[in-house]
Amino acid sequence: MKSMKIREKVSNSLIHLVLTIMSILWLIPIIWVILTSLRIEKGSFVKNFLPESLTFDNYIKLFTDTFFPQWFSNTFFVACCSCVLTVIISLGVAYVISRMRFKMRKPFMNIALILGMFPGFMSMIAIYYVLKSMGLTQSLLALIIVYSSGAGLQFYIAKGFFDTIPKSIDEAAKLDGATNAQIFYKIILPLSKPILIYSALTAFTAPWMDFIFAKVIMGTKNENFTVAVGLFEMLDKEHIDVQFTQFAAGSVCIAIPITIIFILLQRFYVEGVTGGAVKS
Amino acid sequence: MAKKKNFAAKLASPFIGLGNFFKNIYKIFQHGTIWTKLSFLILGISNLVHKQVLKGLLFLATEILFILFMLSNGIDALIGLVTLGTKTQGWVFDEDLGIDVLENGDNSMLMLIYGIGTILIIAIFIKILIANIKSANKLQKTLESGSPILTLKHEASELLDRKFHITLLSLPVLGVLLFTILPLIFMILIAFTNYDSAHQPPGNLFDWVGVKNFFEMFSFSNKLGKTFTPVLVWTFTWAILATASTYICGIILALMINKKGIKFKGLWRTIFVLTIAIPQFISLLIMRNMFSKIGPINQALSPLLGQQIPFLEDANIARIVILCINLWVGIPYTMLITSGILMNIPKDIYESAKIDGASSFVTFFKITLPYIMFVTAPYLITQFIGNINNFNIIYLLIDGGPPTSDYYYAGKTDLLITWLYRLTVNQKDYNIASTIGICVFLISVVLSLMAYKRTSSYEKEGDFAC
Repeated sequence: MKSMKIREKVSNSLIHLVLTIMSILWLIPIIWVILTSLRIEKGSFVKNFLPESLTFDNYIKLFTDTFFPQWFSNTFFVACCSCVLTVIISLGVAYVISRMRFKMRKPFMNIALILGMFPGFMSMIAIYYVLKSMGLTQSLLALIIVYSSGAGLQFYIAKGFFDTIPKSIDEAAKLDGATNAQIFYKIILPLSKPILIYSALTAFTAPWMDFIFAKVIMGTKNENFTVAVGLFEMLDKEHIDVQFTQFAAGSVCIAIPITIIFILLQRFYVEGVTGGAVKS
Repeated sequence: MAKKKNFAAKLASPFIGLGNFFKNIYKIFQHGTIWTKLSFLILGISNLVHKQVLKGLLFLATEILFILFMLSNGIDALIGLVTLGTKTQGWVFDEDLGIDVLENGDNSMLMLIYGIGTILIIAIFIKILIANIKSANKLQKTLESGSPILTLKHEASELLDRKFHITLLSLPVLGVLLFTILPLIFMILIAFTNYDSAHQPPGNLFDWVGVKNFFEMFSFSNKLGKTFTPVLVWTFTWAILATASTYICGIILALMINKKGIKFKGLWRTIFVLTIAIPQFISLLIMRNMFSKIGPINQALSPLLGQQIPFLEDANIARIVILCINLWVGIPYTMLITSGILMNIPKDIYESAKIDGASSFVTFFKITLPYIMFVTAPYLITQFIGNINNFNIIYLLIDGGPPTSDYYYAGKTDLLITWLYRLTVNQKDYNIASTIGICVFLISVVLSLMAYKRTSSYEKEGDFAC
C-alpha cells in the first residue's frame, strides 16, 4: 500500500513538471509579443529575447501615426452587424430545418452539406466580381454581406441542438393556438442560450481574424481595412523594419478583448463543437 | 444485396420524383377550368379574375419583367455564354480622326457571369410559374368546394405559421444563391476554360477547352502534373501527421490535467486555452519571426551550435518545424474538447471496474480510451478535412516555401489550398486554381460522407439523399 502511494506521488510530481515545461513553451510566444510591443529598439529582428528597455511609444504611435483606431472601429462595426445577421439567419434556418417539414427540406440540407465542402477561396475572385457589379467593393457593407451571406448554410450545429429540445413542448403550445413564429421566439429561443452564445461568439470573432477576404475586397483602401488586414499589411517587406513593434502592439490590443470573450464563454464553445454531446 | 438495391432506388428517386411532378402539372392542366389553363400562359390571370388582385398583379408583373429582360439582355447573355465573346479588344483605324483608336472587345468573364445570372433568373421564373399554376389550381379547388377564397391578409398571416419556413428561408437562400452558388458555378465553369494569365479579359478573350485542364493536372509529363502529384502527397502526409499528432498529444494533455491529485487544474487549462483565443494570424506571424534565420531562437542557439539552423529555409527541416508548431496550435483544441468528455464519463463505470479488480492501466484502455474515441470520431474526421484545408499555418508561417523551380508556382511545403490561393492571387491562373478546387472538393466529399454517416444527428435523420 505504501509503495503505491509513493509511486502515485512520483508520477504526480512528474506530471506537474511536464505541465510546467509545456506551459512555459506555450507561453513563450505570447510573452515575446508583449515584450516586443514594449520594446524600445526598432526592427523586426533583434539579437536578444529581452528588450534593452521598455517604452509605451509603440502603443502611442499605433494610435496616432497609423489608421489603427479607424481599423478597430471598422472591425467592431462589421463584427457587430455580421454577428446579429448571422445569429438571426443561422438560428432561423436551424429552427425551420429542425421543426418544420416541407418538401425542399432534405434537398436543402444536402445542398448545404455539399456547398460546405468546396474550398472557400475557390470562389473568392468570383465573389469579388459579383460585389463589383453591384458597386460594393471597398466598402464595409461588402464585408458584412460576405461574412453573413453564408450563414444560411451553417445551421447544422444549431439544428443538432434544437433537435434535443422535446417536440412535446411545441405540440402543447400549438394546441394553445401558438403559431410557428411564436413557438420560435417565445419557446425555442429562450431555451437555446448556449447555442445562441456559441453562434454569436464565432460570428463576432470571425471578422477579427479574417485577412483574406477582407484584403481582396478592400484592395488598397487603407481607411476601410479591418484590423487583421491592417496589421498584416504592416508586415509588408517595405514596412516591417519600421512597424514591427507597432504590429506587436496592435496584436496585443486585439488579442486581449478576444481572449477575454473566449475564456468567459469557452464552455459554450465546447458544447457547440461537440454538438451538445459534452455538458461540462 | 439489400443495400445495393437501396442504392439503386436512391439514384432513381429524383427521376421518379421529376416524372411525378410533370404528371401532376399535366393533370392540373387537363382538369383545369379555362382560367387555370390560361394561367399557364398569362401568369396571375386566375387570381385576378377571382378577386386576388394584388397577388395576380404580382404574378403578371414578374412575367412582363421576365419577358422584357429576356428580349433586351437575356437572349444575348445566353448566346454569350456559349461563345464567350468573339471580338478581341484592339486598335482600329478611325478614318475620321486618321489615327488608331482602341476599340472595346467582348469581355469573356462578364459574359460568363451574365450567362450564369440569366440561367438563374430563368430558373427562378420557372419556379414562380409553377407557384402560379399551383395557386390557380388551389383557387379552382376552393371554388369547386364552395368555401370562401382566402384573403391576402389571411395568406400573409400564414407566412408566420404554416408557411413560416418561407419567411425564414427566403433571405438566407437569396444570400446563398448570390454569394455562394453563383460564384461557385462561375468558378467550376472556369475549370473548363483557358482563363489563365495569358487570357485575361478585357484585353484578351478566353474560351471553353473542355477537360484539358484536368488532363494536364493528372498527366505526369508536363510541369503542372509534376507539381500536382507531390503537392497532393504532401497534403495527405501533412493532414495525417498533423491530425494524429495533435489528437494523441491533446488527449494525453487532457488526461494529465484531469488526473486525480494534480493541482491548479484551472490554471493549466486557462494557459492552454489562452493560445486558442489569440488570433492565428498573430501567433503564427510571431512564430515566423522567432524561427527565421536571424530570429531570437537562432540567436540563442548559434553560440551553442556554431551555426544557424535553417528552420524555415530547408524543405525537410521546415516540414518538421511546421508539424511541431501545429502541435502548439492544435493540442489545446483537443485538450479543451476531450477535457469535457473526460468529466462526462459516468463515474460508476470506474467504480464497478475497480470492484472487479481492474488496474488503472486496464480501465484506461477498456473504458476511457474507447469512450473518447467514440465521442470524438466525427470531430477527428472534420479535423482531418480541416487540416487538408489548413491555409493559415502554411501561408502565415512559411508561405509555402522554400520555393522551387521544379514546381509550377508552388513551394516545397505548399498544400493544395495554398497553391490554389497563390495561383489565384499572384498568378491569375484561374482555370488551374479552379481545377485544384474541384479536386479538393472531391476529396472532402469522400471524407465527409464517412464523417456524417457517423454523427448521431444525421443517423437519426436517415440516410443521405433520400
